[in-house]
Amino acid sequence: MRLLGTVVAATMAAATGLAAGSALAGPTFDAVREKGFVQCGVNSSGLPGFATVDDQGNWSGFDIDLCRAIAVAVFGDRNAVKFTPLTAKERFTALQSGEIDVLVRNTTWTLTRDTALGLDFLGVNYYDGQGFMVPKSLGVKSALELDGASVCVQTGTTTELNLADFFRANNMSYEPVVFETNDELLPAFQAGRCDVFTTDQSGLYATRTKFENPDDYVILPEVISKEPLGPVVRHGDNEWGDVVRWTLFAMIEAEEYGVTSENVDELRANSTNPTIRRLLGVEGEFGKNLGLPQDWAYQIIKQIGNYGEVFERNLGMNTPLKIARGLNDLWTRGGLQYSMPFR
Amino acid sequence: MAVAERGRSPALLPPVSERLGPLAWLKRNLFSTWYNSLLTILVGYLLYVVLVPFFEWAILNATFFGDSKEACDFDGACWALITSRLGQYLYGLYPVAERWRVNAAFLLLILAMVPLFLPRFRHRLLYACGLVFLYPPVAYLFFAGGVFGLPFVETAQWGGLFLTLVIAGVGITASLPIGVLLALGRRSEMPVIRALCVVFIEVIRGVPLVTILFMASVMLPLFLPPGVTIDKLLRALIGVALFASAYMAEVVRGGLQGIPKGQYEAAMALGLGYWQMMGYVVLPQALRMVIPGIVNTFIGLFKDTALVTIIGLYDLLGMSRFIIQDPKWLGLAAESYLFAGFGFWVFCFAMSRYSMYVEKVLSAGERR
Repeated sequence: MRLLGTVVAATMAAATGLAAGSALAGPTFDAVREKGFVQCGVNSSGLPGFATVDDQGNWSGFDIDLCRAIAVAVFGDRNAVKFTPLTAKERFTALQSGEIDVLVRNTTWTLTRDTALGLDFLGVNYYDGQGFMVPKSLGVKSALELDGASVCVQTGTTTELNLADFFRANNMSYEPVVFETNDELLPAFQAGRCDVFTTDQSGLYATRTKFENPDDYVILPEVISKEPLGPVVRHGDNEWGDVVRWTLFAMIEAEEYGVTSENVDELRANSTNPTIRRLLGVEGEFGKNLGLPQDWAYQIIKQIGNYGEVFERNLGMNTPLKIARGLNDLWTRGGLQYSMPFR
Repeated sequence: MAVAERGRSPALLPPVSERLGPLAWLKRNLFSTWYNSLLTILVGYLLYVVLVPFFEWAILNATFFGDSKEACDFDGACWALITSRLGQYLYGLYPVAERWRVNAAFLLLILAMVPLFLPRFRHRLLYACGLVFLYPPVAYLFFAGGVFGLPFVETAQWGGLFLTLVIAGVGITASLPIGVLLALGRRSEMPVIRALCVVFIEVIRGVPLVTILFMASVMLPLFLPPGVTIDKLLRALIGVALFASAYMAEVVRGGLQGIPKGQYEAAMALGLGYWQMMGYVVLPQALRMVIPGIVNTFIGLFKDTALVTIIGLYDLLGMSRFIIQDPKWLGLAAESYLFAGFGFWVFCFAMSRYSMYVEKVLSAGERR
């Protein structure tokens, strides 16, 4: 799918270079403040744990919470956001044409998109990547033990190419069992037509919940491709981009310093840690520099939570998805999530 | 028929009853020859193999109520998904507190249509035309709000069966008049009008609906000046209406060509102008002849509305796909799609039956 998406995006970029340029007029930040809400582009087909609706019909998910956090930073109100559901093909057009202010739609940061499409990626809120799932009964602990295995894979995708590269690089052989869609892959894997199921890790976790006994399957720790997903704004939209970027950083920084939605009030009143005091707006003028209220980060943590809380609420061990932190753990715990310093 | 009845003598015995006992019926219809018997047994076995497990899955082992997939047994259908999310299947993401507005608007439509079914109502055509022009703005006020103290509900929140009906309704009501005009234009003697109509019909009919929707959703925004955005639903509605009009035009043209030349000449001999001739003589006959074709186009259009899923609108099918992405309900594709399919079938079947009724009423003149 991602391969197809890239091709479409590239052709669109060629066809619409002019439009991308003309969409830069007028700073988004002023427009957002004027209309009173953030228009956030999200995944229209839904992605388990990232963008779905709950029983009450409210949008919820990991990407949705980032949209809400941006709204909280600007307006102090988690409901000052409107969601525009977008398909993979529409998403960049919607951003270029000004239909949305920010795109938070599990979009992989690539060079082409960052440059030729006239977009700016501001960070990574989820490090995804291709992984492997096997039945527990196979007794495999690492992808390096998969020599000679048969692998179910979706045809015509980068997934298939990554798979070939990984096995060749490790001098292992494998037998591909290819299918057109993931919906066909699943029954084949369950019926035992292949030993291994491969797709992006977030997809593996979502797929696993569809089984009768999810605990009979394990997701191997190896990640064989890079799919950094993050929020996107229009190229050259710097002030607005800063707001989105530091919203994400504030959530990561809060987790690193142990600031949660539970203890944020107490820490704001009593903490002597200078970093926490700066983060929560007790000291310094970070709000003013960003063009935001002084307590912007405090409000984010209070109303939405820090990065870890948001992760656990939408994707973590207490949800049906049970996604391990892995690469998305803090850098202090061996992951990749790292906030630039609040100073 | 009437002649035969009149000729029958009351003294004669009635003909032998055609009704058979069950065994005789079986013998005649299912086991009349050895190969028919073989076919019956084969088909019966296949039905047994398919239907019994389906029945067990859909009814016997099914779970009808619950808060999440956890409540369901893996062997049976999980209809708890449908019962707990029924509101979203019907209204999409429309705010729960405002759903009464959708119901009210549809109720209003039904009430407004009552006079059309009264046998003695005189100005039926005039009334129907008025309804076609007056109802959509009223319905829009109900659905979108923003006036009279009704909170504004943006079209991105419209969805489910409600959205399917909106798209199909707009497509159907717009396509018939536009289609008639296009058909007349195509048979017009004025070269410019004829050329325009031919080009429009052939271009629109020559591309798939998917292409038109993609153009409307992906390309169109790039051609508009910056800051100008047209609502995505509106774009889709215009695309669907134009598409259906082109098909309708060809159906109507078939009817126009089926009218004998003598009818045109007779109308002209009476001194009727073009519009009078078409309105009083030609179109009433032509449209009646092509009712099956028109309804066929409507039914096709109703199902085509499901294509708006690919441009990110949540019609009944789109909503069915979207709801099952919730981690609580992951993996219930079969239940969700079956329900959506059932929803589509109910409406298409109703349209089909209604068209048979209309045909019967309008062909009263031919039976005489």
